[in-house]
Amino acid sequence: MKWPLDDKTLYGIILLVLVALPLMAPTYHIQMAYLGVMILLSMTWDVQGGQAGYNSFGNIFFFGIGMYTTAVVQRSMFFDFDEYEKTAGSLDAISSSDYVISLGVGFGASGILCVLVALVIGSAVLGLRGHYFAICTLGLAIGAGEIAGGIDYIGAGSGMVTPVFPDGLGSKGQFFYIIFMVLATVCHFTLKWLYGGRFGLALNAIRDDEDKAEAMGLHTTRYKVMGWMLSAFFLGITGGAMGNLIGFIDPVDTAFAGATFGVWMVLMAILGGKGTIWGPVIGAIIFHVAQELLWAHLFGWQRVALGAMIVGIVVFFPQGIMGYIRAQWPHLLGHKVDEAMTIEDSKGGTT
Amino acid sequence: MTTHLLEVDGASKAFGGVIANKDISIKVPEGKIIGLIGPNGSGKTTLFNSIVGSHPIDAGSVRFQGQEISQMLVPEIARLGMLRTFQQTRIYGKMTCIQNMLISMPHRNTTVTHMFGKFSAPDHEKVERLLEFVGLYSKRTLLAGDLSFGQQKLLEFAMALMNDPKLLLLDEPTAGINPTLINGLIDRLKKANAEFGVTLLVIEHNMRVIMNLAEHIYCLAHGEMLAEGIPTEIQNDQRVIEAYLGAH
Repeated sequence: MKWPLDDKTLYGIILLVLVALPLMAPTYHIQMAYLGVMILLSMTWDVQGGQAGYNSFGNIFFFGIGMYTTAVVQRSMFFDFDEYEKTAGSLDAISSSDYVISLGVGFGASGILCVLVALVIGSAVLGLRGHYFAICTLGLAIGAGEIAGGIDYIGAGSGMVTPVFPDGLGSKGQFFYIIFMVLATVCHFTLKWLYGGRFGLALNAIRDDEDKAEAMGLHTTRYKVMGWMLSAFFLGITGGAMGNLIGFIDPVDTAFAGATFGVWMVLMAILGGKGTIWGPVIGAIIFHVAQELLWAHLFGWQRVALGAMIVGIVVFFPQGIMGYIRAQWPHLLGHKVDEAMTIEDSKGGTT
Repeated sequence: MTTHLLEVDGASKAFGGVIANKDISIKVPEGKIIGLIGPNGSGKTTLFNSIVGSHPIDAGSVRFQGQEISQMLVPEIARLGMLRTFQQTRIYGKMTCIQNMLISMPHRNTTVTHMFGKFSAPDHEKVERLLEFVGLYSKRTLLAGDLSFGQQKLLEFAMALMNDPKLLLLDEPTAGINPTLINGLIDRLKKANAEFGVTLLVIEHNMRVIMNLAEHIYCLAHGEMLAEGIPTEIQNDQRVIEAYLGAH
């Protein structure tokens, strides 16, 4: 028995769903856009946490940097600083084309800045192994929120608004739904390409036995830093778009939201199965839908239910859904003993 | 003076008050198979770790192809073409055998296109050929962690060959391997030496294996060089026999 779907059918179905979903449920555009954010968070976390086995609790750092960078770029391109600050939020909307251009430039700046920051910080801290790295990144995320709350240029503790979304672009939810899904798709295929080559195997080797990888001559630190730069790039852009979707950036609750998005990205990847290409996507979908349902039907108890869900995930699905499938039915993923004992055999006899 | 592939000269290493290696000198000429024996705790693995750069030595020098390497890091030394296998056997457990082999290819090319690139068809052919060489071809799509201990040892050996080393340091290659498979392994080690041109430095406790394999043997005891010579000399050396029987 083989995996029942080939790639073409699978991507066909996904494309169909991506197009049909917003058409069928126009009132849920914002939630669907959030789903895109969740998928991106969990996918990018998995590069370091899943594929390379380096649990990072600080990836939200790049999300926050991207959020602020995009907002600052937008502000400085089309607005006067003082005026923008005084009338926060009530300024006239800029034209649709200006908005899209400023968003694009903001994304570019966010992506590049995050990559550079990941390079500098990663080179310093990715020499740390395992738990030490996890704790170090946790400090990074917490510290960043506190620091951002003290910088007047970005609104300090009272936060910062993003430009008003222009009417000409249709529904805000739909606009960002498209942005996030396109970004998630680009991210997926980038990762898929990289995991299929030397880069992916190098990260896996580091996860399985870093000392061995070093003994085999692998440039371990370089691969780890590059992995983090890759995550940072997509996270920066995701953060930039997220700031605009919410419309208001609070340093601790939205930008460097370690206690919510920062933890969720780890949970989603674990739930779906870390270290796999589809696991983080599946995990994000299940988590987000479950969370929305809890919010709708258990209001008042949603935090408790979410907590119970988190405990359940860690206790019952330590390997995640994809990990469970792999352990239960390894042949589905191609792990089986070949009857041919030699290359000669496998070429000669197909019977 | 001829330069040897590996020259260890007066190497010493102490861990706190415990002297693990004291003034050890060994020479490994290119193309040979050299043995390293000694009772448990005599400092063989410490010497291996010193040679490949896992920890710095306190005194002495280690030269590989005439180049001083005692201050270099483990991956740098590995990229020069000197690899070691581990006594406890280390493979990448959650990856398939094929993936284990592919990522063991040499890492000397560091261009971005190489680091992010795919593996070529000849790479895959080489993987299959070497897996067939160690008898793991039919298990190639299994996760390496699911293999038996003996098979993992064979895989580790194949991974080392994949890296095109000039010198391979093997730490007890036959430990834990079924006696009937040991003969096959000896043949493969000899073949790797003769056909692929890999020089071997082998730690081994199985006397039958090492006497059969090595052309020259060094014997350590209590961190010091006890004796060296061709296998028959070592076999008949009274000090070696006493060291093994516990006369010290």
